[in-house]
Amino acid sequence: MELFELTIHELHEKLKAKEVSSVEVTRAMLTRIEAVEPKIGSFITVTADRALSDAAEADRRIAAGEMELLTGIPLALKDIFLTEGIKTTCGSRILHNFVPPYSATAYEKLKQQGVVLLGKLNQDEFAMGSSNESSAYGSVRNPWDTSRIPGGSSGGSATAIAARQAVATLGTDTGGSIRQPASHCGCVGLKPTYGRVSRYGVIAYASSLDQVGPMTRDATDCAVMLSAVAGHDPKDSTSVDTPVPDYRAGLTGDIRGIRIGLPREYFIAGLDPDVKASMDAAIQTYRALGAEFVDISLPHTDYAVATYYLIATAEASSNLARYDGVRFGHRAGGAENLLEMYVKSRSEGFGAEVKRRIMLGTYALSSGYYDAYYVKAQKVRTLIMNDFIQAFRNVDVMLTPVAPTPAFRLGEKLNDPLQMYLSDIFTIPVNLAGTCAISIPAGLSSERLPIGLQLIGRPFGEETILRVAHAFEQATEWHTQKADI
Amino acid sequence: MKITVAEVEYVARLARLDLSEEEKGLFAGQMDAILGYVEKLGELDTDGIQPTSHAVPMENAFRQDRAEPSIGVEKALANAPNRLESFYRVPKVIE
Repeated sequence: MELFELTIHELHEKLKAKEVSSVEVTRAMLTRIEAVEPKIGSFITVTADRALSDAAEADRRIAAGEMELLTGIPLALKDIFLTEGIKTTCGSRILHNFVPPYSATAYEKLKQQGVVLLGKLNQDEFAMGSSNESSAYGSVRNPWDTSRIPGGSSGGSATAIAARQAVATLGTDTGGSIRQPASHCGCVGLKPTYGRVSRYGVIAYASSLDQVGPMTRDATDCAVMLSAVAGHDPKDSTSVDTPVPDYRAGLTGDIRGIRIGLPREYFIAGLDPDVKASMDAAIQTYRALGAEFVDISLPHTDYAVATYYLIATAEASSNLARYDGVRFGHRAGGAENLLEMYVKSRSEGFGAEVKRRIMLGTYALSSGYYDAYYVKAQKVRTLIMNDFIQAFRNVDVMLTPVAPTPAFRLGEKLNDPLQMYLSDIFTIPVNLAGTCAISIPAGLSSERLPIGLQLIGRPFGEETILRVAHAFEQATEWHTQKADI
Repeated sequence: MKITVAEVEYVARLARLDLSEEEKGLFAGQMDAILGYVEKLGELDTDGIQPTSHAVPMENAFRQDRAEPSIGVEKALANAPNRLESFYRVPKVIE
């Protein structure tokens, strides 16, 4: 195994035993980034100097015996996280020159442990997309097949792991933006319960749905990362003040007697046969591990995509009103007055998908349509949440596919936004319900493309889904499969 | 066709966007398809259902009314496209 292929927990042991230094590991990662980046495009910004100085500092900490689990581990962040002094674009032209004056709490927490920052990862513009094709900094390619999309919006966060350019990453998930790219790239991705991780310093898309989460090589790393970033933050009034468990300690490998629900609405006729076969095989694996399966129903599943695209776009149209060229970001030249400056700056700065969603959201909130679209969607959201509350009376977790198909080809859905939106059909309901879910590698298609399995937990049930995910890894080899790049 | 080019122009004005003729035609068609799809919510009877604006039931988050250190004027203005002393400078607002 090369240094750049190891997990957090493997590297931690090597760093602790002083078999390697953080500077050596970081150099190996930077060399690897340089080698594969032209084929993949995971990064918007590589912070090589910063990474080496972080690593030197981590080595001093290790030598002084002040080591934590993440000390000296090279990570990268989706370019949606503010990083003081480091350009942060959110995948948009409108922020091409933006250097934040402060950092996101999630990054601050990682810094306290002494992580190494390798850079900022490519993403769909303002996290709006399922294929990473809406980035103003170029499409990202799937390391398993570079003619295919990596998923989105945290596309670079997934490919950096699959192409072994970072040990772990942070992404954000508004409608599946962590889980769907994790599924398409063969890594682990967790969307925590709304409120579990602070959103302070995370550029907003749809504030009632956005959540920060880790993307890693295995469930153990995912647990380590979640323990590091979770918790209440006085700077985010929506972060919840419940204790953060040691998620790694909960990975007992024992899931005997656990009740796993299979929502019948997720096992539909249109499901790709390879995806279906992977789900069937996973169910057999879990049965052998002592899990009990229960057929359940989430009757409003079919309405989730419509609900999401009204609520998310409405919130986005309001959140993105701040990009007006006054205080930061792109300002258009040659405007005669203030209004013209707003309009020109926004029109030059935003890409097509962002404009489309602002338009949809503005329409849904506009006079005469507010009740028919926005309020109606919020009411249906209540019905969708109630589906989950009902179903969790009988089961501990739910097992579903992450996406209806493996990764599709670049350009395939670019001209049909509705088809693109429907590719998130199995991930969106979790965001609307506000609960947690994890995507783990569970198979390869006949074309050798990764297939992910989704485990949905109760609100603040991250410990349980991580335990169930980890047990699967103990029994299978899917998480160790590597893209041939 | 439910969404006309005139409606796209109206919404673009509200959203402070200036769309090209090509974009207007494209968005009219795409918004029409998407709004046609979301019409399916009308199948559900939601009378008496409370709207959900937020997944986690929350009370107001209060803090002490006490000044805390902030990033300061220089940092706050560091990204300003145009500034004058400690102000953001913009084109004329009032004729």
